[in-house]
Amino acid sequence: MRQIEAKDIIQAVKEMCIEATHFLTKDMVCAMNDACEKECSPVGKQVLEQLQDNLKIAAEEMIPICQDTGMAVVFVELGQEVSIVGGNLEDAIQEGIRQGYQEGYLRMSVVKDPFIRENTKDNSPGVIHYEVLPGKDLKLTLAPKGFGSENMSKIFMLKPSDGIEGAKAAILSAVKDAGPNACPPMVVGVGIGGTFEKCALLSKKALLRSVNEHSNLKHIEELEVELLDAINRTGIGPGGLGGVVTALAIHIETYPTHIAGLPVAVNICCHVNRHASRIL
Amino acid sequence: MIYHLQIPVSDKELAKLEAGDTIYLSGVIYSARDAAHKRMYENLEKNLPLPISVDQIFLYYMGPSPARENKVIGSAGPTTSSRMDKYTPALLDLGVKGMIGKGKRSLDVKEAMKRNNAVYMAAVGGAGALLSKAIISSEVVAYEDLGAEAIRKLEVKDFPVIVVIDCKGNDLYEQAIAEYNKE
Repeated sequence: MRQIEAKDIIQAVKEMCIEATHFLTKDMVCAMNDACEKECSPVGKQVLEQLQDNLKIAAEEMIPICQDTGMAVVFVELGQEVSIVGGNLEDAIQEGIRQGYQEGYLRMSVVKDPFIRENTKDNSPGVIHYEVLPGKDLKLTLAPKGFGSENMSKIFMLKPSDGIEGAKAAILSAVKDAGPNACPPMVVGVGIGGTFEKCALLSKKALLRSVNEHSNLKHIEELEVELLDAINRTGIGPGGLGGVVTALAIHIETYPTHIAGLPVAVNICCHVNRHASRIL
Repeated sequence: MIYHLQIPVSDKELAKLEAGDTIYLSGVIYSARDAAHKRMYENLEKNLPLPISVDQIFLYYMGPSPARENKVIGSAGPTTSSRMDKYTPALLDLGVKGMIGKGKRSLDVKEAMKRNNAVYMAAVGGAGALLSKAIISSEVVAYEDLGAEAIRKLEVKDFPVIVVIDCKGNDLYEQAIAEYNKE
C-alpha cells in the first residue's frame, strides 16, 4: 500500500480553495476572451469587458473573483492501493476547507441546518463525492459552487418516448428560466441517464470538463454543438442584458439507464466556473 | 444614456431614468441580503422599528467576502434579487428608492416600484473584485451577528450599474433579450 499523509491532503485542499476562487483555469480564460470577440451587443460587450477587468484585479490584488466563494464541492478519486495515515480522509478534506476559507479571506456561506440557518462560520462542511479506482494515486478536485447559478439548476425525469427532442427542450427551458439570475455567460453541465441522483452528479461532473472539449460520443458531441447554438440564439446574453453569448459551453455526460427512464439533470454554472485539481 | 448620480436622488431625477441607462452612482448605499431582509420583514410584521431608516435609501443585495488588511472590503458583487422579492414591496412602501442586484423581479415588486417611483438596477454579477474598487468605505450598521449578511453602510464612488426596471415598469431583461433572440 502507498501511504499518503492526512496533513498533505489538508494542505492540498487549502491551497485549492484559494487558487480556485482567485484564478480561472486556462480554458475558461480563453473562453472568456473568445466571448469578448464574439459578442456584438454593446451592453453585452460592456459586461464582458468588466468581467475581464475583474479577473485581472482578482489575480493581482488577491480579491476573490466573486464574493460568493461557494460551497466547496470535492471530487475524490482514490486509488485502491492508497492508505491514508495520520488522520482520516473525510476529516482532512473538511479541515482543508476550513483552513482554506479562513486563510484565503473567502466568504463563509454555509449554514448548519437548512431551516435554522445558523452559519457554520468556517464554510464547512463541503460536499464530497468519492470514487475508488485502481492505482496508487489520490486525485482531488475542488469546485466551489456559487448558488446564484446552483439555484437555477433542474432535474427532469423524462420518459423514454420523450427522446432526444424532449431532452433538448428540457435543457433549453432550464437555461431560459435561469436567464440573468445565473450570471451568464454560463457553462451548462448536463447529466443524462443513470438514476435520479446519478444524473444530478453527472451534471455537476460535466462542469469540470475543459470548456474546449466535447464528449467523445459522436451523437452527444452533435447534441452539444446543436444545443450551444440554440442557447446562444435565445438572446439572453452577458449579464442577461441581451446578446449572442449566453453560454460559453455545454457539456453532456451520459450513463446507462433503466428501460423505463430518461433522467436529465441540468447543473448551471456562471462564468466563474471554478475548479482546481491535485494528484497526490 | 449615461448618468452620474449622487444619492439621494430626487423623484424628478429618478423618473428620468430608463431601462438600459448606465449609471455611475456616488454616495451612501446599504447592503442587505436574505437574512437581513427576513429580520426587517419580521420587525414590520410585529410593528417593531427597523434597525435603519429606509426612507430614500438605495439597497444593494450583497454579502461581501472578508476584507484583507488595508482593504475597505472584500469581493462585493450583487446577489440574485428575486430571493428578496417577498420582502421588497413592504420596504418600497417605506421609501426605498433604489435597489441594486442581479436577475429578474416579481410582478409584485414591479407594481410596488411603479407605485413608489423606485428604480431597480443591475451590477454585473460575478464582478465582485472590480466592484469592490468603487466602494470607498464600509461599516456594519445592523445585525452584526449575521457576518457577511449584516447590513453595511457603504460609501461608493462611480459605482457602475445598469437600469433594468425603471419607474414606469419597463424591463430591460425582456426588451434586450427580445432584440437579440434568433430562435
